Amino acid sequence: MINNDPIIELQGLYTRFGSHVIHKNINLNIYQGEILSLVGSSGSGKTTLLRQMLSLEIPAQGSVKILGHSTYDCDLELLRSLRNRSGVLFQQGALFSALNVYDNIALPMRELHCLTEEMIRDLVMLKLDMVEVEAQHANKMPAELSGGMIKRVALARALALDPELLFLDEPTAGLDPPLSESFVKLIQTLRKELTLTIIMVTHDLDTLAALSTRVAVLADQRLVAVGELPDIIKIDHPFIKEFFLGERGRNVLRNVLALP
Amino acid sequence: MLLSNRMDDASPWYQITIEQNISCIKLTGSYTLAALDQQLQKVGAKLTHFATQSDLHWDLTSIQQMDHAGAILIWRAWKMHRPANLLIRPEHERLFAHLEKARPAPKPIHRDILWPILTLGRRYFLFWDHLTGIITLLGQVLLNLLYLVKHPNQIPLREISANLFRTGAQALSITALVGFLIGIVLSYLSSEQLHSYGADTFIINILGMSIVRELGPMLAAILVAGRSGSSMTAQLGVMRVTEELDALTVMGIPHSLRLVLPKIIGLGIAMPLVVLWTSAIALLGGILAADLQIGLNYKYALSNLPDAVPVANLWIGMGKGVVCGMAIALIACHFGLRIKPNTESLGEGTTNSVVTSITAVILIDAIFAVIFSNVGLKIRS
Repeated sequence: MINNDPIIELQGLYTRFGSHVIHKNINLNIYQGEILSLVGSSGSGKTTLLRQMLSLEIPAQGSVKILGHSTYDCDLELLRSLRNRSGVLFQQGALFSALNVYDNIALPMRELHCLTEEMIRDLVMLKLDMVEVEAQHANKMPAELSGGMIKRVALARALALDPELLFLDEPTAGLDPPLSESFVKLIQTLRKELTLTIIMVTHDLDTLAALSTRVAVLADQRLVAVGELPDIIKIDHPFIKEFFLGERGRNVLRNVLALP
Repeated sequence: MLLSNRMDDASPWYQITIEQNISCIKLTGSYTLAALDQQLQKVGAKLTHFATQSDLHWDLTSIQQMDHAGAILIWRAWKMHRPANLLIRPEHERLFAHLEKARPAPKPIHRDILWPILTLGRRYFLFWDHLTGIITLLGQVLLNLLYLVKHPNQIPLREISANLFRTGAQALSITALVGFLIGIVLSYLSSEQLHSYGADTFIINILGMSIVRELGPMLAAILVAGRSGSSMTAQLGVMRVTEELDALTVMGIPHSLRLVLPKIIGLGIAMPLVVLWTSAIALLGGILAADLQIGLNYKYALSNLPDAVPVANLWIGMGKGVVCGMAIALIACHFGLRIKPNTESLGEGTTNSVVTSITAVILIDAIFAVIFSNVGLKIRS
């Protein structure tokens, strides 16, 4: 059931921290089934924009609509159901350090109060299997896990309620190349199995080139470009030139887009 | 025959058709967690009921969307194996293939039968661990002190003065408030009793001795243990979590010199002053209350105070302040440095730090009481 209404709609967004302006008039529509990557130099407010989509922060001006509802003035019941339909992978994983891996993933399912414990067990094991974490790690505490493992478990938790919307904040930061490659593969497989819309903040050009269907570039406090990667790199903007067409960017893009 | 139970397009449901003696169940709608929601149990029970008919044909091709929860619901209805006659779309096929090779959940680790003994033993070793840890830290701080005597230009004066301000000056308001109220309570309770015996003037002895020797130092120490002790532990703990302690180590700056020593010296200086302040305010509260309650003139009370309370008591009280202050800072730093980089450990460490330092304060008080049992007590014969 793919329809053309945007899943996320940002309109005329302004963000200020004190007198410091982060975003000026940002308009962005995100549609079902796409993987949108947000890129920008550090401090350009990518994570802030992500947090605003999650209604963790409220912009100074403008509106954010998720699945057609504005999250700032809707009732609690609706907000809860909207939140159950989206999963978030935080940069540091944000696993609950007081709970073991199993309970971390089971927590959002238990909070629904409609699943039986047997179903939860099957679901948790399925999610762990999906992110390729061995069953024996289920009883470990987050403090005992390595960085890559934390990311995987956090992804399993983000996917716990089979969300339609997945937010990834720097999914491959801090992972070694083979791990980030398998992470990319994992996301690709997931996308085949589940109807997922993914919004991703990343610095990693490899991940960006491999996954994203569209790219949004944040620079000079506004969205300077939104579109598919081949179109983006043709745009004449200092940040885009630097980010995509630097020495490193060229190497990556050469493989993906057959660039000279 | 067509049996349709559709509610709306998306809600998960089924149709049963019977053609040429073959009964077929056709699942329709979305089998997703969001769509199932509250009807999950009901749909699950229905499907389990149908799954008992072994000759039923299952048609899953009309399902609009199915996620893991939906797949598990159907899979559990089938009792973990596929029905003989099954029509399914390839993308859903993959989901069931996953489920087929699903591994059993690992059993939760059960508690050992001997756990009470094990816990007790662990506690015992932990106690010695903490004790040796605190003594080691104290030794390290003393070595640092020796080092500073030889290199007086490296004395961390700024840190000491910052700690003096935080633990001393900023604690004045809360200790004053609590001291004043305790003074009033003490005075109210005892002045009535004394009044009935006609021994009104002895209120000065009771207030003076108890506040200057015991209550003032103890109140101040317990408040500071809760207030500054917990913040010191939390500060060091957060520095551990954010790897700031490691950053200091690799720069060659020892924790004990730059973080622990200034805290101990700072609190060692601030504490007797806070004790003096708390005692003074508590006495003020007590005398004020006595004035109002039994009409004891405050001028008379103040002029008689030096006679009732030998000055040695004031020195004992301030001595307790110095020792308690240093002990609180030492214990707080010890627990702060032991915190592991996770949130659980941070909370636990702070709690342990406060509980231990309050216990230590009372222990120190008892030791002082025993050592100075012959000092400053004027027994009228």
